Amino acid sequence: MLSAIEIEKISHELRHVPVKKAACIEALKIVQQERRWISDESVADIAAMLEMSTAEVDSVATFYNLIFRQPVGRHIILLCDSISCYVMGYTVLRQRLHEILLIGYGQTTADERFTLLPNACLGTCDHAPALMIDDDLYRDLQPADLEQILEKYH
Amino acid sequence: MERPLTQHIPDNGAALHLREYEAVGGYSALRKALRDMEPAQVSTLVKEANLKGRGGAGFATGMKWSFVPMNVPGPKYLIANADEMEPGTFKDRWLLEGNPHQLLEGMILASYAIQATDAFVFLRWAYKDAAREMRQAIADAYTAGYLGKNILGSDFSLEMQLHTGVGRYMCGEETALLNSLEGKRATPRAKPPFPQVSGLFGKPTIVNNVETLSWISHIVNNGEAWFKSLSHTADGGTKIYGVSGRVNKPGAWELPMGITMRELLEEHAGGMRNGYRFRGALPGGASTDFLTDAHLDVKMDFAGVAAAGSRLGTGTMVVLDDHTCPVGFVHNLEHFFAQESCGFCTPCREGLPWTEKILWSLENGTGEPSDLELLERHARLLGPGNTFCALAPGAMEPLQSALKYFREDFEQHIKEKKCPYAHHQH
Repeated sequence: MLSAIEIEKISHELRHVPVKKAACIEALKIVQQERRWISDESVADIAAMLEMSTAEVDSVATFYNLIFRQPVGRHIILLCDSISCYVMGYTVLRQRLHEILLIGYGQTTADERFTLLPNACLGTCDHAPALMIDDDLYRDLQPADLEQILEKYH
Repeated sequence: MERPLTQHIPDNGAALHLREYEAVGGYSALRKALRDMEPAQVSTLVKEANLKGRGGAGFATGMKWSFVPMNVPGPKYLIANADEMEPGTFKDRWLLEGNPHQLLEGMILASYAIQATDAFVFLRWAYKDAAREMRQAIADAYTAGYLGKNILGSDFSLEMQLHTGVGRYMCGEETALLNSLEGKRATPRAKPPFPQVSGLFGKPTIVNNVETLSWISHIVNNGEAWFKSLSHTADGGTKIYGVSGRVNKPGAWELPMGITMRELLEEHAGGMRNGYRFRGALPGGASTDFLTDAHLDVKMDFAGVAAAGSRLGTGTMVVLDDHTCPVGFVHNLEHFFAQESCGFCTPCREGLPWTEKILWSLENGTGEPSDLELLERHARLLGPGNTFCALAPGAMEPLQSALKYFREDFEQHIKEKKCPYAHHQH
C-alpha cells in the first residue's frame, strides 16, 4: 500500500499533468525515494492510482536504469564506464571496488551498505575517471582514494 | 575575444544568482523584446543570425521555430534539452551550473517567439548541482515577475517546470524526450508529424539544447551582425569546446566558432601528456567519426568538420592516444550504444550487441579475419536510413572511421590472437 506521504506527493504531481499516466515516472521516483526500490506491490499500487495496467507501469519502470526493480543498498555507487573514463583508467577503479566491497556490478554488499552499478558518462570528462555515490560526485580519482571515500557512507 | 555565454560565470564554478545576473544586464533582452518586439521579430532575428543548434545535429534554430503553427489556440511547449549524456560531453553542465538565468531568459524569449504557454527543463539525473541551481533560479524568476502571469506587465504568460530524468541516453533524442516527459518509455516517435506541429501531448513543441537557448538573450540584445562577428567562419557565434583524454589540461572553453583542432589541442588543452602521442580524436562526442593528425588544421565548425568526414557534434573532443587500444576504445563505445539502444527497431537492437561482441572477441584474441568484413557490413547496414532514429548510425561513425584509420590495429589483433596493448583494459 502506498503511504499517506506517497499519495500526497503523487497527487501533487497529478495537478501538473493533463492525463494521469503522464505522472508515471514521477510516481516511481517518489516511491523509490521512500523505499529505495520499486517492488511488484509498488508497481501495482502506482498502476491503481494512475489508472494504468501493472504491465504498463512495469514497462516504464524497467526501461529506466535509475529505477530499481530489486532491492538495493543504502548507498548507490555509480561508476562511470564511458569513453573518457575508459581512457583515463576506470577499469582500475572497478577492480579496486570489487576488492574492497567483494561485490560485482548489480550486487549489494551483505550489510546492505552499498550497491555497485556501472553508469554511462557522468558528464565530467575533463576530470575522469569519476563516480557518484548517491548525490555526491567524485572526480580525478585514483584507486587509493576509494577506501577513504567509502568511509563516509554508513 | 568575447565570451558572451561564460564570461560572467565565477571562476570557482558557483552559479550567477538573480541579482548578479541582473547586474550584468540579465533580463534586459526580455524587457526589450516584450516592450519593442513582436514574437515574429524575435524568430526572424534568430533566423537571420543563423544560430545553429548546439546539441549535436546543428539544425538552424530559427528555421525550427518557424514550423510552429501560430494563431492556434491551446497549449504550446518549449523544452530545454538538458539531458547531456553523449559520452565525452560536459559543456551544458558548465552553463547549467554557472549561469542558470541565462538559460531561463533564453527559454522565456524562445517561448515568446513561438507563443508557448509552458516550458520545461529536461535535466539528467546526474546533474545534482545543476538541479539545485535551476530549481532556485526558476523560483527566483517567478518571484521577480519574469515567469508566471503577465510577465513584466505584458500580455505574455509562461509557466516553467524542472523535470529531472531517471537515466537512459535515448532521452536526449527529442521525440524520445517527449515520450519520457509524458511518463512513458523513452522510445523515439515516427516523424512526421514533427514535434513543432505535434509534440508534447500532441501539441506544438520546440526542443532546443541548453547552449543554443543560452544564446537567445545575447542575440536579442546585440543583433545578428554581432553574433556573426564572433566567429571565424560562416557559422556564427562562439562555441563551447572541450577536450578530454590524455592531454595536459583537459577542460572546456568558450572560443570563436571555427578554431582549428590544432589550436584547441595545443593552445587550450596544453598538448599531449609527456610520453603520449596523439593518434586521433572524436571531435564531438561518442557518435562522431574519428579525425586523425592529418586533420589538425580542420576548422571546428559545422561545415569544416563535415568536409573532413566527421561531424562537429557537441564540440567536445575525446582524444585517442598511442597507449590506448583503438579496438578497445571502439569496443567501449559500442558497449555503450548497445546498452542504450531502446530496443524498438531490429537493426539497432540486434546489430549493436553483435558489433560489441565481435570487438570483444578481437580484444580477447578470438577474432577471425572475416570479422573485419562483418564489422564493415554492420557499419553500412546500421547506417543512415536503415534504423528508426539516429542512435545506431551515430554508433557506426566511430566504428567505420576506426576501421579506416586504425586498420592495422584491427588486423594485428586477429593475426597475433591478442590485444597488443599492455594495459588491456575492459
